[in-house]
Amino acid sequence: MFAIVVFPGSNCDHDCYHVLKHVCGADVKFVWHKETAIGSDVKVVILPGGFSHGDYLRAGAIAGFSPIMSAVSEFAANGGGVIGICNGFQILLEAGLLPGAMLRNKNLKFICKDVYIKVKNTNTAATSTLREGQVLKIPIAHAEGNYYADMATLNRLKEHNGIAFTYCQSNGEENDSANPNGAVLNIAGITNSAGNVVGMMPHPERCSEEMLGNTDGRAIFESALQFVKNKL
Amino acid sequence: MKRPQMTEPQITDRLIKEHGLKPDEYETILKILGRMPTFTELGIFSVMWSEHCSYKSSRIHLKNFPTEAPWVIQGPGENAGVIDIGDNQAAVFKMESHNHPSFIEPYQGAATGVGGILRDIFTMGARPIASLNSLRFGPLTDPYQKHLFSGVVSGIAGYGNCIGVPTVGGEIYVHPCYAGNILVNAFNLGIADIDRIFYGKATGIGNLIVYVGSKTGKDGIHGVTMASEEFTDDAQQKKPNVQVGDPFTEKLLLEACLEAMKENLIVGIQDMGGAGLTSSSSEMAARANMGIELELSRVPLREANMIPYEIMLSESQERMLIVAEEKNLEPLLSIFKKWDLEAAAIGHVSGDGYLRIKWFDETVAEIPASRISTEAPMYDRPQSRPDYQDELNILDESEIEVLTDNNDVLLKLLSSPNIASKELVWQEYDHMVRTSTVVLPGKGDAAVIRVHGSKKGIAMSVDCNSRYCYLDPYMGGIHTLTESARNVAATGAKPLAVTDCLNFGNPEKPEVMWQFAEALRGISDACRALEIPVISGNVSFYNETKGTAIYPTPTVGVVGIIEDVSQALTMGFKNIGDVVILLGPSTGSLGGSEYLSLLHGIERGLPHPVDLEMEMQLIELMVKLCKNGLIVSSHDLSEGGLAVALAESSITGNIGLNAELKTIAKGVRTDTLLYGESASRIVVSAKPDAVANIESMTKEASVPCHVIGKTVENKMFKITIDGNILMNLPLTTISSAYKESLQRGLNDRV
Repeated sequence: MFAIVVFPGSNCDHDCYHVLKHVCGADVKFVWHKETAIGSDVKVVILPGGFSHGDYLRAGAIAGFSPIMSAVSEFAANGGGVIGICNGFQILLEAGLLPGAMLRNKNLKFICKDVYIKVKNTNTAATSTLREGQVLKIPIAHAEGNYYADMATLNRLKEHNGIAFTYCQSNGEENDSANPNGAVLNIAGITNSAGNVVGMMPHPERCSEEMLGNTDGRAIFESALQFVKNKL
Repeated sequence: MKRPQMTEPQITDRLIKEHGLKPDEYETILKILGRMPTFTELGIFSVMWSEHCSYKSSRIHLKNFPTEAPWVIQGPGENAGVIDIGDNQAAVFKMESHNHPSFIEPYQGAATGVGGILRDIFTMGARPIASLNSLRFGPLTDPYQKHLFSGVVSGIAGYGNCIGVPTVGGEIYVHPCYAGNILVNAFNLGIADIDRIFYGKATGIGNLIVYVGSKTGKDGIHGVTMASEEFTDDAQQKKPNVQVGDPFTEKLLLEACLEAMKENLIVGIQDMGGAGLTSSSSEMAARANMGIELELSRVPLREANMIPYEIMLSESQERMLIVAEEKNLEPLLSIFKKWDLEAAAIGHVSGDGYLRIKWFDETVAEIPASRISTEAPMYDRPQSRPDYQDELNILDESEIEVLTDNNDVLLKLLSSPNIASKELVWQEYDHMVRTSTVVLPGKGDAAVIRVHGSKKGIAMSVDCNSRYCYLDPYMGGIHTLTESARNVAATGAKPLAVTDCLNFGNPEKPEVMWQFAEALRGISDACRALEIPVISGNVSFYNETKGTAIYPTPTVGVVGIIEDVSQALTMGFKNIGDVVILLGPSTGSLGGSEYLSLLHGIERGLPHPVDLEMEMQLIELMVKLCKNGLIVSSHDLSEGGLAVALAESSITGNIGLNAELKTIAKGVRTDTLLYGESASRIVVSAKPDAVANIESMTKEASVPCHVIGKTVENKMFKITIDGNILMNLPLTTISSAYKESLQRGLNDRV
């Protein structure tokens, strides 16, 4: 069972639900942010994209204190899968479940477009069905996706293979011109050392169906499904 | 709460004038009331009888629009129009202007324009699924226009992205006539179940009036009055009249209202947009032939010491007025509590037809609701054809040099902000959220959205060629409607209905009124011929600064349905070796063309006449060709004519072209052939083995059909006549002109 947390201002909650339920055929339910428990049948929690609490103050800052987040922290500590997409990633940072912070995009504007990302770590709840070095085309849609962490944090991330995805060219080359928002080390997604908590800026739910012209995102959800199976 | 001290001004001639009321209008007020109005009442009459709310100069003309068809569920007169799209689903849509506030404060003006149109849609019980917009600015070489441009775009993005409704398309035009009056027209479409559509009607005597959403503040008071006046030098001093948007609250409001509707807790509902509490209450009462009584001391207020006048006229954003049965009050309030929204019962429906406003039990206004809404004054304002019109229509083509460097001409046209790719704009809009956008911005002539739970898709396009409307408002009106319908048909969808946003100058000037009446006559005739009823709309007059009006700009938004959304067509060429075919008349006119304006600095002549019968045949043909899978790309010819349309298909598909125009070049000036503009023309591409079928279908449909080229492997864009090269450019060159010019223009510091 998947749980998708709905914060006030979440707006990719239904998109994730649609892909999990109708494209992947998974069991999935919504959990309202004011609730305090996730449910014992849940194996993976998705924190969806959107503008929780309007992203007023800072993206994800208020949602990080939502009642449900204590349960999510506990769930993660017990090895449950937690995947934060876009605003969900920002919330994971604000809640301290992943290290680092988000700055405004370097052009100071919201950017919605397809980008290429490279898989760096396949031992996570969101990447187990992918190959290391595999390049995916996935859209981003954010104004604050410029990931930043200090050198010590980046070193710790590197030590435990915590960089899950980096922005790259279509041929896999990681360089500045492939970096849409100025993120340090081209980081598009990170994971904790156990690999069960993953945050990523790109939106795999937007490219999981033929109808939308791109199915590269589907593998992220397939990996999450694999994680659920391994937990059963 | 304690009643604040209230000192209201005396009603004087000066005060009446300041409220924008003409002496004869004030006389009517005295007759309606049988006494002097209170200060609150004066304010109410002032906003409700403003041009913006009352449509007093336009109603008489709007009546002539065709508004009916078997698939129309709700035509004009409600918060939005509704059509049946099958599978027990309805499409709810409307377009609205936010021109005046956007000129004064571009970010918030545009943002609240998006917020306002979204409320119009979800108040009908529909979930908004797609936004489009039509934006017009003065030349972007002017730093102030750049500021307006980036402010408006960011405002639309800021609001739409946050609330999670994709902005999937639109148009941007640049012309000096908009330098003092930019246009920001926002379109939204939502989907509702047919048996769950809600109306702005206050039915059921004794039912409660429930207020929900943001608290009421002093912002936006007299916003609609501002939108009913010309700008003078002090436009910037009107900044406090512009409201500030809060998309997060609107998102909560959207979800909470849809939840309450699903639970059947709502009898009637309307958003508090222009003229806020006043218009929502009086219009809901008038539509139901009922009255409404409000107790203003129960209205949630943002600041203390607000008097009834201010509470009634505030245009604070993100507020809704709901009619509900008393027994449903508790469940309704608990839904709003869940979403952390302010809500309160502030009155009830009465049977006497009066809008009665109380404040701490004292009656401060008592007006027959219908007299300030449905029965507001209506004028048949004088019209006269401008003196300059005849001269404007004279175009001696023999005096226009045929430019011979067509490579240069094409690159200049592709670089024009009216033609160049708007990629940098739509990248700032979240155009993918809700995972329904099948035809992405820039890929097709219309945006196409899939409807979850069915195979079908909705195509929509907003359009207006204001240069044509200036040269000939009647023919310009026809062009506007046919182009929008053609854009929808080019994706393979059948156009079903239209909404409009009619932007004009000062209606008190007979010349402007003539433009208005003529443009509407043109749109009406085209709507009738194409069987596309008008189901909602908006009029924005007084788009003038210091006496200079904009070009007449009657923007329309046509919506159509494609049965199988996976068949939706896009404009880019798809394969090497495909045959390129021109459907429709082989040539156009230079009159009113982008070529004539951009390359020769001339805006004269007449737009090409439109053959409405041919247009209808072309539209029907496109739907058939798409359904039969005979064509792989299609692109409407508009600004820049044939050459630009072909170039755009090449650029978007990243495939080269060899076009040979011998069959259509006879007796035509080369520039007319390449850049002339007309209606009823679409360029399609198809596999060679489909051509015979296409030719026989076009013959059957009486649509002219010319094979004019072939897509090629080399990345060159070449057009020839009888082998003589007219233009020959690398794809990378035309692509860079098309894709990078807008950004380059904005970056340039003058």
